[in-house]
Amino acid sequence: MEEKGVQKTNSNGYTFMFAIILVVVVASVLAFTATSLQPTQRENVRQEKMQNILATVGIETDRPGAKVLYDKYIIEQLALNSEGDVDESVDAFEVDLSKELKKDDDKQIFPLYIAEVEGEKYYILPLRGNGLWNAIFGYISLKDDINTVKGATFDHVGETPGLGAEITKEWFREAFADEKVLDENGNMVGVSVVKGNNGPSKDDNKVDAISGATITGDGVSDMISERLKRYIPYFKKQGDIKVAIK
Amino acid sequence: MAKEKIHEASKAEEKKQEMILFLSDSEEKEHFLSKGNRKLLTDPLDDNNPITVQVLGICSALAITVQLEPALVMAIAVMGVMAFSNMIISMLRNLIPSRIRIIVQLVIVASLVILVDQILRAYAYDVSKQLSVFVGLIITNCIVMGRLEAFALGNGVYKSFLDGIGNAAGYGLILVIVAFFRELLGSGKLFGFEVLGHQGSTAAESTGLYAFGYENNGLMLLSPMALIVVGLLIWAQRARNRTLIEEN
Repeated sequence: MEEKGVQKTNSNGYTFMFAIILVVVVASVLAFTATSLQPTQRENVRQEKMQNILATVGIETDRPGAKVLYDKYIIEQLALNSEGDVDESVDAFEVDLSKELKKDDDKQIFPLYIAEVEGEKYYILPLRGNGLWNAIFGYISLKDDINTVKGATFDHVGETPGLGAEITKEWFREAFADEKVLDENGNMVGVSVVKGNNGPSKDDNKVDAISGATITGDGVSDMISERLKRYIPYFKKQGDIKVAIK
Repeated sequence: MAKEKIHEASKAEEKKQEMILFLSDSEEKEHFLSKGNRKLLTDPLDDNNPITVQVLGICSALAITVQLEPALVMAIAVMGVMAFSNMIISMLRNLIPSRIRIIVQLVIVASLVILVDQILRAYAYDVSKQLSVFVGLIITNCIVMGRLEAFALGNGVYKSFLDGIGNAAGYGLILVIVAFFRELLGSGKLFGFEVLGHQGSTAAESTGLYAFGYENNGLMLLSPMALIVVGLLIWAQRARNRTLIEEN
């Protein structure tokens, strides 16, 4: 009996059948779970996004509480095209920047979030670029002079813990507050992450780099200047904003 | 009177029959927590600990023990994966073609790991972000495959389940101990609560131990300290239990 059983499970036909059945069963279980959990997972990601957007304007909240505060403080969400016009057909919150950046320059849509906190108006711009290993992303908020940074948050997919991954830490993010994104001639230069940024001057468009994370730091600089430049057409078109941009 | 007695006797007989049926249903005719079964649970906690004695699963012990919470969640996740993979493999042990048994084990473990990852992402999103890639890497944890090969392929379902729970508990115990020391000494917190007082930017703003000039040891947060703490644990365990010391 035992002998027969061993022979049976060793035949090629049995092995194939076993493998096929196993894979089909496992695949359907996984597919079912993934589909049924997807709404909850999406909601988590949305809440985290709101949390990150709020953090750039100085409102710290836990994830479940983000929705209420988001609705309170974010007064406008705009989807802009490359000409700086608002595209009404797109829900700005759902714009996936990673997909937009793969399109041709003139077909991209970028979101802009406008917040009002205690009478002050802030423009929050999503960022996305490349670090050392993978994508880095975040949000930067500008005061209504379109020059002074209110705050910034960063996140990453796979930067090295302790080095590149430090961009998510508060000490790194804090350095961006009150930095200027325009140089003295009014050109949009963003905020650069540099080595040897002597003195915490807030007028030189520079913040301290992280030692050992040069490429991630350069990625942050490039991401900020590249993304900010995209919004110049929009800011120029806004008559009521005192824009100094050239 | 006599009739009643007979009735009672037949009732008792019926009960006995039921008991036998119930027992023969369960795979082993022994108590659920007999000495042998208890040993399956307790052995991996000490004498046969997967981390300190078998030195398996070190990589994750080093990566996710900076704080207690992720360490605990990781331990629970590994426990779920091990208990169920052991059970499933044990159920299928007479059906699995031996030539593809490693692949079958991998498929089962991998799918359980994905299940755990999906559930964490839905219900413990922040912790799952902290654990990031390490949940997916449970599959590479040598303990899981090791127990499948060494135990589940040759033992019954219930015993395999206990073995999975026991080994995961042994792994989790070390993880939690290491995380306890690293979080306490490295950031002065336990489960995120500041148990040693609050560290302000100046001594005057600090409370608790920090007011006396105590400082957190940043070195504890770096990965090498996980290995050093594990090393100290191995030392302590062998000092207590000398049978573990190798001849040479």
